[in-house]
Amino acid sequence: MAPRRPAKRLVTALCRAFSGRGCQLAPKRGAERRDAAPSRVSRFCPPRKSRHDWIGPPDKYSNLRPIHFYIPENESPLEQKLRELRQETQEWNQQFWADQNLTFHKEKEEFVRSRLKAKGLDLRTASGQKATLNAEEMAEFYKEFLSKNFQKHMYYNRDWYKRNFAITFFMGKVALERIWNKLRPKQKKTSS
Amino acid sequence: MAASPHTLSSRLLTGWGGGCIWYLERRVTRESPRRFLHLLRNVNQQWVTFQHFNFLRHMYVTQLNRSLKQQIKPKPEPAESPFLEKTSLDEAKAEICEMRPLVPPSLSLSRKPSEKALIEPEPTSVIEGSIDLGKETKEEKQWKEMKLRVDDLPGILARLSKIKLTALVVSTTSAGFALAPAPFDWSCFLLTFVGTGLASCAANSINQFFEVPFDSNMNRTKNRPLVRGQISPLLAVSFATCCAVPGVALLTWGVNPLTGALGLFNIFLYTCCYTPLKRVSIANTWVGAVVGAIPPVMGWTAATGSLDAGACLLGGILYSWQFPHFNALSWGLREDYSRGGYCMMSVTHPALCRRVALRHCLALLAMCVAAPALDVTTWTFPVIALPINLYISYLGFRFYRDADRKSSRKLFFCSLWHLPLLLLLMLTCKRRAGEEGTGAPQS
Repeated sequence: MAPRRPAKRLVTALCRAFSGRGCQLAPKRGAERRDAAPSRVSRFCPPRKSRHDWIGPPDKYSNLRPIHFYIPENESPLEQKLRELRQETQEWNQQFWADQNLTFHKEKEEFVRSRLKAKGLDLRTASGQKATLNAEEMAEFYKEFLSKNFQKHMYYNRDWYKRNFAITFFMGKVALERIWNKLRPKQKKTSS
Repeated sequence: MAASPHTLSSRLLTGWGGGCIWYLERRVTRESPRRFLHLLRNVNQQWVTFQHFNFLRHMYVTQLNRSLKQQIKPKPEPAESPFLEKTSLDEAKAEICEMRPLVPPSLSLSRKPSEKALIEPEPTSVIEGSIDLGKETKEEKQWKEMKLRVDDLPGILARLSKIKLTALVVSTTSAGFALAPAPFDWSCFLLTFVGTGLASCAANSINQFFEVPFDSNMNRTKNRPLVRGQISPLLAVSFATCCAVPGVALLTWGVNPLTGALGLFNIFLYTCCYTPLKRVSIANTWVGAVVGAIPPVMGWTAATGSLDAGACLLGGILYSWQFPHFNALSWGLREDYSRGGYCMMSVTHPALCRRVALRHCLALLAMCVAAPALDVTTWTFPVIALPINLYISYLGFRFYRDADRKSSRKLFFCSLWHLPLLLLLMLTCKRRAGEEGTGAPQS
């Protein structure tokens, strides 16, 4: 069995090279973190002997669970295409939802603040807690937010459906390819 | 296929769950700051980590370092910069990580800020040192290998196919079968039962396949199998196909072509019309109501082989029921719908939402009166169903007038017991063969 340290370094290097993400072994901070690829990457790295993808906890901004894709040694071009498509879709999705949630949160705060000001109320109640509007007042904001972002949602939906179908289609192709590869050596054996 | 797509499903039993949890969540988030502060007062330089509130499974991490406390929700300004202004991501990320809370975003971003104990963070270096180590280990533990274990598969597929909703759909189909004016044939019944169940599983699976990112962002749906990565999209689609094909085949060749066609149509309506329409127009609610109305009609056509007035009436009752049920429920989910980009009446046309709910409560009453006229039941039925119909209409009226959370919840919970009871009463008052009736001759 290979010594642990070189293996660990190799894994780290591979992770970085292929996934383009800062796959760092915890705990690392400061400069190491800044070297990470420009996306909300996790510092998670799967165990060396794992041969599957790993899925993490929901991202705190996008609520989507990030996937760490496993790269097999003998990855075929089709498998690579699938992985890259999934990776790219994941980043696109994360970006959209993080943006969506944060915008929502920010605009909601602004709305509450402006309404409270218009009513002449403080931003905090007597007990020190943040003052809020009731559900009916908030409903106005929800309606406005929805109609304002309608076009954006339409484009997102269309793109999401396309990507989802594409990914599933490629998964199917990859699965067929693997089955075919498994059968082929057997065919060679039986023919010779 | 759904008795009511966004309703009975995760509403009913997840929705007994869902409705109860929704109510309880409100209470807990109101109570929790008090408990939280109480805890802080009693602890002195201790790590109080990972308080688990049972049914919510939210983690609060508190670290005491004299007066240092951690903010529960992410601070908007630094958090927004990497995503909205696209400034130097690395620096922003470093900043965020240093102040990063451990509460899942669904709590932090969708709950009202008043319910949080807001605190000012100390210089980042202090936080960084102690929090990061604990956080990273904890975060790493939450990563799961995406390896499908055969043992888990039944449970995963059950959740994928929304088995509880499927059970409800199948029970409405059974009610339709039992109410039909034909002798009860057990083999036909079982074939209908299984066929409809399979078709419903297929439709629900495809629905979940389409909605992964949206489901991730709503509390009610964030623990679904595809969201959690317990199953791949390919497997979900394969499972759906393996359910749809035998299901529809069973209905078409085992029962009759009409039932098969209805089953296939319903799958199409639910997956290709209702699901995408949810994000486009409020018309989705009406389409969804049709989806919920078709299963009992299928039960009826399975027994009689034809689509007659009784079938339409039964479908009409289920159709009308959807509105008070769903509209009342959606009243409390407006924030999630708005953030997720769902076009629902409760968000965009709140007055219409309440009006429609009331309208259909009254329609239910009218249809119960029509039942004996169409020879489905005896005249006893509208009489004994009157109290519950009047009650739901009354709650519908209160919801229409008050338009608040309390009235919406009351209407929703009433709808949960109203339908099963109504169907039961119909069954007990079923017009037996050979009885004198005022309606049209039986087909």
